[in-house]
Amino acid sequence: MTTLTLTPTAHARPVTDTLTMLRRNLLRAARYPGLTSFTLAIPVLLLLLFVFVFGGTIGAGVMPGVDPGADGRAAYLDYITPTILLFAVVGAAQSVAITAAMDATGGIMARFKTMAISPGSVLGGPVLGTVVQALVAVAVVLGLAVALGYRPGAGPLGWLALTGLLALVTFAFSWLCVAMGLSARSVETASNTPMILTALPFLSSGFVPVETMPAGVRWFAEHQPFTPIIETTRSLLTGASPDVSTTLQAVGWCVLVGAVGYARSRSLYRRERR
Amino acid sequence: MTGTTTDLAVDVRGLRKSYGDQQVLDGVDLAVRAGTVTALLGPNGAGKTTVVGILSTLLALDGGTARVAGHDVVTQPGAVRAAIGVTGQTSAVDDLLTGVENLRLMASLHHLGRREGRERVDALLAQLGLTDAARKPVATWSGGMRRKLDLAMTLVGSPSVVFLDEPTTGLDPRSRRTLRDEVRALSAAGTTILLTTQYLEEADQLADRVAVLDGGRIVAEGTPAELKSAHGASSLDDVFLRLTEPSTGPTADPDPTTQEVA
Repeated sequence: MTTLTLTPTAHARPVTDTLTMLRRNLLRAARYPGLTSFTLAIPVLLLLLFVFVFGGTIGAGVMPGVDPGADGRAAYLDYITPTILLFAVVGAAQSVAITAAMDATGGIMARFKTMAISPGSVLGGPVLGTVVQALVAVAVVLGLAVALGYRPGAGPLGWLALTGLLALVTFAFSWLCVAMGLSARSVETASNTPMILTALPFLSSGFVPVETMPAGVRWFAEHQPFTPIIETTRSLLTGASPDVSTTLQAVGWCVLVGAVGYARSRSLYRRERR
Repeated sequence: MTGTTTDLAVDVRGLRKSYGDQQVLDGVDLAVRAGTVTALLGPNGAGKTTVVGILSTLLALDGGTARVAGHDVVTQPGAVRAAIGVTGQTSAVDDLLTGVENLRLMASLHHLGRREGRERVDALLAQLGLTDAARKPVATWSGGMRRKLDLAMTLVGSPSVVFLDEPTTGLDPRSRRTLRDEVRALSAAGTTILLTTQYLEEADQLADRVAVLDGGRIVAEGTPAELKSAHGASSLDDVFLRLTEPSTGPTADPDPTTQEVA
């Protein structure tokens, strides 16, 4: 099969076009708040569940010397808040798979393909829109955690670094989810495939330290993206300076996931749809 | 065809395309002179949409050449895209946005200035009778209105070549008339139009030339009058029935009387 090559023309303006597409996606999010609220509901429920139901016991197990009950809940709130922030990020990234699938299965993406706009702009708009939505969701979840008694110790630089890290994680995983959305045959499948991303934070150091896991699970937890991402988030939130090697692993995973997602999205964009 | 190559807005030679082992286009030749309206006719499944898909850079071709507005669709797709406007069969509008927002999105993507964009959008809304509904979400619009908005979005960038794939299918007579008037106005302004249609009297009224696609090839081409006199027919309906085999399309009419005529 012949592959169509993309020749840039004087008419495509990548930055302007990406911002135009970002505006479209934020407008859509404002018009259709259902999807955004749904992705926010999951981290909120997880936080409440893990603090008020499991926290009293798990907190005492996670933090040596802490008594079960109220002290355990407080300790577990500290331990789990960074993880729940990542659920807000992953939830937002999952919603972009649905957006991409809606555009691809409807006619509007076909229209964009017949126009002098680069695939990076058509798909980059939704990705940037997701970053904005994820940061808003993170702020809401963090606000809830603070209301429950969580006290972050980050300084101004720490907050800046944290915002940058979470934006990078959203950006990278959004490209992966765009690829999943474009390869889905229907909008329904597009909402299912990225669900595996939700499983990853559970199999990481996010809920309990990896040292307590059996060897195989522990190996997986230590070698998957969410453990270094969550550990770096945890350090930044407490105000400690994050471990250099862990931070590099977190950033490295983001670069890898983002690059694979972007390359796959670009090639899927030009795939023939019938 | 009397025009030289440079007059041709669409120049298709020996176009071939297959999906798996199904040969959809088997050597299509088609020439559309700049500024004219050409109607592509053919039974369901003849490949009309595939031709439009290849010309609008959505589908890859397997053989032959296709040039649009002087640019090769394979080697210069960007230049082709900058010259064309496409209204396909699937509604290509954003349901969550309003009519105005859809059109302004197109104006931004064509890099029209703020004022120029607003003027263009308002003019198109008025031209197609959409001004009253313009600020309501498109999801609440009727099929006919969405079709008109679809065409308006195609026209925001003032394309020199416009492809319309069954633009009036499923519309009520009034909407059909609005769209036909719009095609005439575009043509009068010098835009080249290639449209596919199931309504033969529409081709008769609108098109300068008609091409009949059947079995993966163009089986007849000429002005509506030429085709009628060449086949001794009083209407394009008769020409169509004589030229196209009922067995070629999956949903073609299985009526045995049409086979006898053929």
